[in-house]
Amino acid sequence: MSITRQLSPVAKLEQKSVVDLISKGKRLDERGLMDYRPLTITLGVVDKANGSAEVHLGKTRVIAGVKVETGTPFSDTPNEGILTVNAEFVPLASPTFEAGPPDENSIELARVVDRGIRESKAIDLSKLCIEPGKKVFMVFVDVYILDHDGNLIDAAGMAALGALVDAKMHKFDVKNGEPVFKDDIMPLPVRNYPIPITSGKINGSIVMDPCLEEEQVMTCRLTVTTDKNDCVCAMQKGGLGVLTPDEIKQIVATAISKSRDLRSKILSKVN
Amino acid sequence: MKEARLLDNNGLRVDGRRLDELRPLKLEVGILDKADGSAYIEHGRNKILAGVYGPREAQPRHIALADRAVLRCRYHMAPFSTDERKSPAPSRRELELSKVIREALEPSVMSEYFPRATIDIFIEVLQADAGTRCAGITAASLALADAGIPMRELVAACAAGKVEGKVVLDLSDIEDKKGDADLPVAFMPKSNAVGLLQMDGSLTEDEFKQALDMAVDACKKIYEMQREALRQKYLVVKDGDDEKEETVAEVKP
Amino acid sequence: MTVYAEKRGLVSPGELLADGPFFAGENTYREGTKVFSARIGLADVVGNKIVVMAVKGAYIPRIDDIVVGRVTDIGMSGWQVDISAPYPAMLPASETPMQRGRDMGRRDLGRIYTVGDLMIAQVIAFDRTRDPLLTTKGRGLGRVSSGRVARISPAKIPRIIGKKGSMITMLKKETEVDIIPGQNGIILAVGRNPDQERIAVEALYMIEREAHTSGLTDRVKAMITAKKNERSVA
Repeated sequence: MSITRQLSPVAKLEQKSVVDLISKGKRLDERGLMDYRPLTITLGVVDKANGSAEVHLGKTRVIAGVKVETGTPFSDTPNEGILTVNAEFVPLASPTFEAGPPDENSIELARVVDRGIRESKAIDLSKLCIEPGKKVFMVFVDVYILDHDGNLIDAAGMAALGALVDAKMHKFDVKNGEPVFKDDIMPLPVRNYPIPITSGKINGSIVMDPCLEEEQVMTCRLTVTTDKNDCVCAMQKGGLGVLTPDEIKQIVATAISKSRDLRSKILSKVN
Repeated sequence: MKEARLLDNNGLRVDGRRLDELRPLKLEVGILDKADGSAYIEHGRNKILAGVYGPREAQPRHIALADRAVLRCRYHMAPFSTDERKSPAPSRRELELSKVIREALEPSVMSEYFPRATIDIFIEVLQADAGTRCAGITAASLALADAGIPMRELVAACAAGKVEGKVVLDLSDIEDKKGDADLPVAFMPKSNAVGLLQMDGSLTEDEFKQALDMAVDACKKIYEMQREALRQKYLVVKDGDDEKEETVAEVKP
Repeated sequence: MTVYAEKRGLVSPGELLADGPFFAGENTYREGTKVFSARIGLADVVGNKIVVMAVKGAYIPRIDDIVVGRVTDIGMSGWQVDISAPYPAMLPASETPMQRGRDMGRRDLGRIYTVGDLMIAQVIAFDRTRDPLLTTKGRGLGRVSSGRVARISPAKIPRIIGKKGSMITMLKKETEVDIIPGQNGIILAVGRNPDQERIAVEALYMIEREAHTSGLTDRVKAMITAKKNERSVA
């Protein structure tokens, strides 16, 4: 069951400051409407995981880990490995996060990030088959929010992508339906690089990469995930506000061009 | 099948350490923006983040105590933190550790200053390599201090154990799994007080005393590292006269 | 009778500050003959009193404090106000200048303050057993209708004010903005235009970041001048 959220913990006057600035084409931190906050990405932060990445987007911090384990394939895709994306909004990341099972926001985030990876066919799941119908590799992508200062979806999507391109596994032979691991390692078969780009609507203006104060004021957001071929592979509109078709087309166009910079930044980290 | 040895002919351990040697330890204070206080620890291959919120309004209100703050503590491991992926749902082990960690930290906090409020401590294990509850306590104590919460003193923690008949300090993952005993200890040096003590395995009385002393000594060293980490974060340059503060920020009982 | 702490040296919880017949002042505690620090901060001796000036910490209300609060709920006889403390505050209708000697219903109360409104208020009561009580009867108190808000650590408010008000006087003069600091770490910057207000807010955050450095007043003044020139050139 989904419930209307609590009122924003921000005074009306503060909301007005954000709105007034944006109507003049400015933002709280002097960014342009289409600018992203400073972005850093570090790969391999958790060496026990097959792959990992930490993203700092402004003050937002997200870490993602990839674990590769064995399991039974789904009956309708007996020759394919399995991808699972999970997100944890841990309480230390924000005074608004409570301990407990994932709430609708963390589930939505996990599913949007999942959609980007799955629909862009970023992982060649056919290469993760051990014995058709019996045993395959399962790729677990776990996203952990460490510090919430807005735009968790983009930070999480980029961290997940970073963890996937960082991920390595042992080469293997198959013996009696079980994998026999060799010493050699190989990268996870990643062949596409989806990047989510989120824009928010504030008082009729569109801003990219909304920070926390902007999120508390925006009426709705649109996430557009694009891949290396400039194709849109996932989209998600969130919030109670509405968008016109023209606004949506505009957002998609800017998302495609913006994602190129961010994608090359992540890929440049892989050696 | 020949079992690999945990101690070599020179009495050195698998990672080259002497019996009484600590794994490398790194501490950083105040790294998170939203949390009121935070600290990060790397101890061996452990990577643990601690965050503190508080004192803050008790939610739900009925948990509040009339004469002091309620402390809540959550020890939690990230799914990617262990060799085999761990399900994100809290395990019985995490619930037990949350309790003993709170009981180690609570004596140090002057919670009587904040009746009807809560102080929330969150320990997130990003990578686990044995001794996570001890490393978690060390970081959480710093996070509490970083949040400006009045405390009697800091709490440091370290484990000792037994491996192939010899008492050793600060077990690594393989020593924990294959060794003969594990003894985690949390210690407050100023009060000479042990706030956490658990043990599993088999130790004679003498071995136990040896292990306890070893762990307590290590805690004293770790306490100095905690103080140094706070110093690093809050290094002060002496002010000129024109910038002396008018009033002081107080804590009133 | 010995003092161990260096004057204005950094101390951490549990650190021994002094041994002897000293008075254990703010953020310290006594055990036997010894006085220890209870928080991270700067230790100092004032007469025979040992104090620690805390670097960080939650806002705990004190009577007579001026605070900036946000209305979170309208009750039967007043408003619930968030003053960024561990305790929600209450502004009774009887403590506003608008009280007309008759009972005001919720609708009437809503006309004075609605949820989300910002106000400047004064703490008139607070103790261990009950939540803080506020008043807006007094000069300069009441609803805030314009300006920008800065939120800093309450421990840094004295730094914003400065010795004998030196820092805040400089800020007001250089930015041409009225600056009202709440003891709870929330500061209002009310100017004639948003650009001035923005410079004032930046200056406030700069002071918070660099609170324990020397020459800060001059550096902040220089930053403000530079920003003002930027704006006039642009």
